[in-house]
Amino acid sequence: MTRLLDGVPRRGLAWLAALLAALLAAPWLANDYLLTVLIIILYFAYTGQAWNIMFGFAGQLSLGHAIYVGLGGYTAAALYFHFGIGPWIGLVAAVAVGAACGAIIGFLAFRFGVGGVYFAILTIAFAEFARIGFDHFTWVGGSGGLFLPVANYSQSDIWNLRGKPIMFYYVILVLTVAAFVLCHALLRSRVGYYWQAIREDEAAARALGIDTFRYKMYAVLISAGMTSVAGVFFAFYYNNLFPEQVFSIARSIEIILGPIIGGAGTLVGPIVGAFLLTGLAETMWELLRAIGLDAPGTRQVFYGLVLLAIIIVQPAGVWPWLARLIGLEKPRS
Amino acid sequence: MTALLSIDGVSKRFRGLLAVDNASFRVTQGSIFAVIGPNGAGKTTLFNIIAGVLTPDQGSIIFADQRVDGLRPDEICRRGIGRTFQLVRPFPALSVEDNVIVGAMLHRPDLTAARAHAHEVLRRLDLFGKRDQLAAGLTLPDRKRLEVARALATDPKLLLLDEVMAGLRPAETDRMVAILTTLNRESGLTILLIEHVMRAVMALAERVLVLHHGAAIAEGSPDAVVREPAVVESYLGAEAVD
Repeated sequence: MTRLLDGVPRRGLAWLAALLAALLAAPWLANDYLLTVLIIILYFAYTGQAWNIMFGFAGQLSLGHAIYVGLGGYTAAALYFHFGIGPWIGLVAAVAVGAACGAIIGFLAFRFGVGGVYFAILTIAFAEFARIGFDHFTWVGGSGGLFLPVANYSQSDIWNLRGKPIMFYYVILVLTVAAFVLCHALLRSRVGYYWQAIREDEAAARALGIDTFRYKMYAVLISAGMTSVAGVFFAFYYNNLFPEQVFSIARSIEIILGPIIGGAGTLVGPIVGAFLLTGLAETMWELLRAIGLDAPGTRQVFYGLVLLAIIIVQPAGVWPWLARLIGLEKPRS
Repeated sequence: MTALLSIDGVSKRFRGLLAVDNASFRVTQGSIFAVIGPNGAGKTTLFNIIAGVLTPDQGSIIFADQRVDGLRPDEICRRGIGRTFQLVRPFPALSVEDNVIVGAMLHRPDLTAARAHAHEVLRRLDLFGKRDQLAAGLTLPDRKRLEVARALATDPKLLLLDEVMAGLRPAETDRMVAILTTLNRESGLTILLIEHVMRAVMALAERVLVLHHGAAIAEGSPDAVVREPAVVESYLGAEAVD
């Protein structure tokens, strides 16, 4: 534990503790609407963290991360729907399926030297392939979707992930905190240093004895496995899965916006980004309704403009700037 | 003296161009060996063959009694050959310290040990005071020394330096020469350098190999080599005779 806290500034710890306390107490302070918004925020903080391992840490741009959400969700949901196997066992299968898919994509790309934008295109291709494939995969409902049985729950059944929003809130909070701690530990280990070296200059990394194929594979496997966990959450929270929705490229873009806006490659960036983006979208909604501007598309236009402004003003993301602002990072010359 | 590195009849052809033509030489343990030659002589190709970036068409490379030609660059590094790049390639977004830690991780069990080793290497290369700076912000002489530091952190038995003096002012060249001399004397590090800066070659190298059109045209001590007519004609220029 003490080693885990190595190199974390005291003030940073205080901020983290305050944020965690606020999030733990949130269900008692927030109404149902706000709780739902918080669940969405944490969901994107978690998936953003998982994606950030591949791009932010190891420099491999995946634009098809929705495939892992979809595979994870469908695996656990199908096991529950067809065989009554609970989500926690389903989770193991989901992670295995997601990681196996990541292994295939990673092997094809890294073994044959596909990198940069070409790697990104390969990830899109796989996600689209899955979307079309699942449209015709009738065992899990095809394009008509897969629905989990829903009832009105008086109490939460954590073993079957059936229950009220507050249960889902704490589940996703635990996942987000676990992902944060895991990424912190990874970044300060051999694998974290090697990933960053590969991200910065792969040939130079290789010249320092790093088996770049192996370490890029680790990044894909961990990132895909983690993202599949989010898929299980997604399936049991929303109770329905449609190939056109879960595998669509829009879902992949949603996952990567948070960490990019927050600061790719940083630990806190995905969390800040998730709060900013979801917060922004919801505020925009309320704001435009309050001033009576509800022409179709207005919200998207304003949302897009704000994103544009953030990217222009803080191209490295909001977190590096915010960290300096609250004195968490000494400026480097 | 035993040979740490033996190059035997190594050739490399790029389509019609014979970049390295049947090159053979030995680098003895603990020595400093220089490869010189005009632009396009095949120095960097030869260097990349040793470092595992390229596979030779013919010939063999024996390092520490084992054949290493055809191995991947990372395997070459793990066998004990460290290299620098002609155009420096630091990890720009990482601090100077973290750049060196990446190298130090190779033979260290954890971050603490790697950091301690990195500090030791940074002190030797006069970079310890700049360890918290981002590599992107360093001046060229500092980046050149960072390049050496990073390679050195992998604990090589043989250090390959690809034009590490290029672009340095004379004072900076002398500083680098002094550092390399100390490394060679104190830790017995064997160094193979490709160099254009004759001032550095004359000061450092015990033996010099001259390449021209991929073939070795002379080998010997620096003083002897620069007097060879073939070398003067092909490389140093006719005016050097006067």
